[in-house]
Formats: sequence, structure tokens, C-alpha cells
Amino acid sequence: MKRKECNPANWPGAARLDGIGALELIWSGDANLFAIVGLSLFVTLSATILASLVGMPLGALVALTRFPGRNVLIVLLNGSMGLPPVVVGLVVFLLLSRSGPLGPLGILFTPQAMIVAQAVLIAPIIAALTRQVIEDLWAEYREELTAMDVGRSSRVATLLWDARFSLVTILLAGFGRAAAEVGAVMIVGGNIDGFTRVMTTTIALETSKGNLALAVGLGLVLIGVILAVNALAWAVRGWSERHAG
Amino acid sequence: MRDSPVRDRPTTLPIRFENVAFTAGVAQVLRDVTLSISAGLPTILLGPNGSGKTSLLKLAIGLLTPIAGRILYAGRENVSSSRHAFVFQKPVMLRRTVARNVAFALKAAGRAPEAAAIARLLSAVGLAPLAERPARRLSGGEQQRLALARALARDPEVLFLDEPTASLDPFATKSVEDIITRTAEGGVKIVMATHDLGQARRLAGDIVFLANGALVEHAPAATFFDTPATSEAKRFLAGELVI
Repeated sequence: MKRKECNPANWPGAARLDGIGALELIWSGDANLFAIVGLSLFVTLSATILASLVGMPLGALVALTRFPGRNVLIVLLNGSMGLPPVVVGLVVFLLLSRSGPLGPLGILFTPQAMIVAQAVLIAPIIAALTRQVIEDLWAEYREELTAMDVGRSSRVATLLWDARFSLVTILLAGFGRAAAEVGAVMIVGGNIDGFTRVMTTTIALETSKGNLALAVGLGLVLIGVILAVNALAWAVRGWSERHAG
Repeated sequence: MRDSPVRDRPTTLPIRFENVAFTAGVAQVLRDVTLSISAGLPTILLGPNGSGKTSLLKLAIGLLTPIAGRILYAGRENVSSSRHAFVFQKPVMLRRTVARNVAFALKAAGRAPEAAAIARLLSAVGLAPLAERPARRLSGGEQQRLALARALARDPEVLFLDEPTASLDPFATKSVEDIITRTAEGGVKIVMATHDLGQARRLAGDIVFLANGALVEHAPAATFFDTPATSEAKRFLAGELVI
């Protein structure tokens, strides 16, 4: 990713400490602001996709199989929903640091590292909630699918597909958690201006510097983005439910 | 559906229960049931609620395992259930359209989900005009007919039905019964549980009467209704409570 210099203090409305300054900043269409918003979306959406690719099959597998230690795994998954972001950031930092086992990848202080950290943070949320949804659905479908001779892998696919509306809500929960997260991406991304600076880290930085209009403006954008993504997902869900049940 | 190669699979009839018992927790659901279900006219499992009808059906298709006794299919144990289909009292509608529900059943049965096959099955149950409707938006009767189409997608030798009209109005009940009758006329063995005496009279070739988890009587329908051999059957036919 190409590094771009930007100084938020020079953005329109940045010097003002009231809400109008924040709105001015948003409506100005400043390229730097949108670069930060774009990077935030890229990192969070990538992390959500990555976490869902791991979390959903894992959750479905735990829901549909019985093995020694399953209850312990469920407790761990449920407990991991509340992982502190800074701890996740620290662990990922240690893994990706030059002396860590994944150091040779050389992705520390890059958006890729931020994606990994956010994915680690939300994968347990997606896995735990998926397990609960699939387990409940399996209780409803078990006899019907068994009577139809549906094989094990097809069962997983069928349940994931039929739970798709609930799973979208789970993805949104993961997306929201990742989008609002600041500690982990700060540690593994380094909050490098024009390179790994995202909305949450910029808000934290500008607040500490006293640029409250900037912080408020970015906060409004962040909330707006999360609401827009949720609204889009809700609209798609409604359309799908009307057309496919 | 008569031209399917799956018809070449070996028969599973007669289905013979030998001293079968089943418990659910501490409750004895079925005890010492010995029964033979042969090819031919529909076999109706009749009895009050809790008499063990549903458990008997689920044991027959392998959804439950007996705690004692054994079940033989054409003299063999543990045969593949690919020649059997089951329609539940409250069938689960998969979250997809009516046509895709049938396509799913065809695929699960190892058959190609071709448009012609789907259309034929939906026509057989009178749901062709609703092919693209979400299955969960169908009425109760329509859902039951879709469940029948999914069951028929397996091209079964034996079709087990667990009180398929229990919650339907008379019109929907008649449409389901018509499908069952046509299916039976097509050579599929029907084994159906009901507590509806009128329905049993309309459909039955033979009656298996259960009460309190025990097989009380098994007789041709005419014999059972005209000259029931047991006091329980007489009381049930008279509309008395058999507890």
C-alpha cells in the first residue's frame, strides 16, 4: 500500500471545536479523510471475511459433531467473544515481530497485520454465535435431513445456507466489533500517517491532541459507515426473505 | 417417477418387527411389538395420542433404535433406507423456494435435479403454480403437499407418513389424501399413522391398532372396523377414551 502524507490539522473545519466544524469536514470531501475511511473499510471488511471463513465452518463443525473436550471448546469460544483488543494486538504483535514465529512474513506495521489482528479478535465471536445458530437449527432439521439421507458435508452446507439470515446478523456483529476496535490495530499497525492510520486510531490521536472537531467528524463518519453497512445488509436480507423464504 | 433406475434396488418388504421395544428416558414407548408390514394396500397405524405410532414409524425408517428386538427388511437387518421416505406431521420447510426444496430432495436421493423432474413432482402434488414461492410462506396444506413431493423425489418403495393431515382443514386434508391414494395406486407402499377414524376408513388396507405402546390388533380394515377383536379397539371405535 502506497504511503501518503496527510496532516489532519490542515483539513477544512479542523481548527474549529464545534459540531459544525465536524460537519464541514465531512462535506468537504477531503481526499485524506476518505483515504482513512477507505483504509478502515478495507481492513475491517477483509478481517470480517477472513474471520468468517474460519469462524463459520468452525462454529458449524462444533455444533454438529461430538468429541471429547467439546464443552471446554464451547466455553473457550464463548469466553473469547470478550477478548480485550489490546491483548489480541499484543499477541499478534509478538507473533509478527521480527523475532516472532511469523516475523519472516514482514507484515508488522502494515494493513495486513491490522487485518490479522481484527480477524483474530472477531473470529471467536463469529464461531461462537454460528455454533449456537447452527445447533438450534440442527435441532429443528435433524430428523428431516436424516430421513432424506443428507450426508455430513451436505448437512453443514444446508444448515449454513438456511441460517444465512442469522449469519448475516452475526457477520454484522463481527464487522461492528472490528470497525470500532482501536487497541489491536494501534499496536500492530503503528498508526502510521498515510499508511496504517484508520478512523479509530485517528480519532484517538486527534482527541489526545485536542482536535475535537476532527475526532467528532471521524466519529460521525465511523457511525455512519457502520449504520450504512447494517442498512444495506438489512435491505438485502429483507429482499432475500421475500423472494426465497 | 416410474421410470427411475432406482426402482432396480432390492425390495425392503416385508418389514418385520420382532419383539421390538423402545423407551424414551424412563418412559416405555413401545413394548414387545411383533408385526409384519407387507406390500399392497396402505397400512394404517391407528391409536390414540401417545400410543407409540410415531415411534413405530421412526423405528421403521431408522430414526430411532430399538432397545430390544429387531427389525428386518425383506429378511435382512440394517439395510439402506434409500427406498424409504418419510413425511413428518410438521415437516421442516427449507429456506428456499418450493422448486428448490424439491431439487434438494432429488439431489439428496442421488437423482439429477432436472427441471422436468421437479415440474413433474410439483404437478403430482398440485404445486406447479407455486414453484417459485418461498416454501415457508405456503399454507399448512401446501407445506404438507410439498413435503409429499420431496418424499416422492426419493422414488420410494415405502412411504411413511406421520399424521400428515393432523392440523389441516377438510379441503387440505382431501387434497393430501388424494395424493396418498394416487401414490398407493402407483405401487408405493403407504404406512401412515393417524388417530382419525374417518381417514383410516377411507385409506386403509389393513389396520395396526396400538394402545399404550402395545400392538393390540392387526387386521384387514374391513375386519377391524366391522368386528374388532379386542375390547380396546371396540372402545376406540365407539369413541371412548382409551387411556
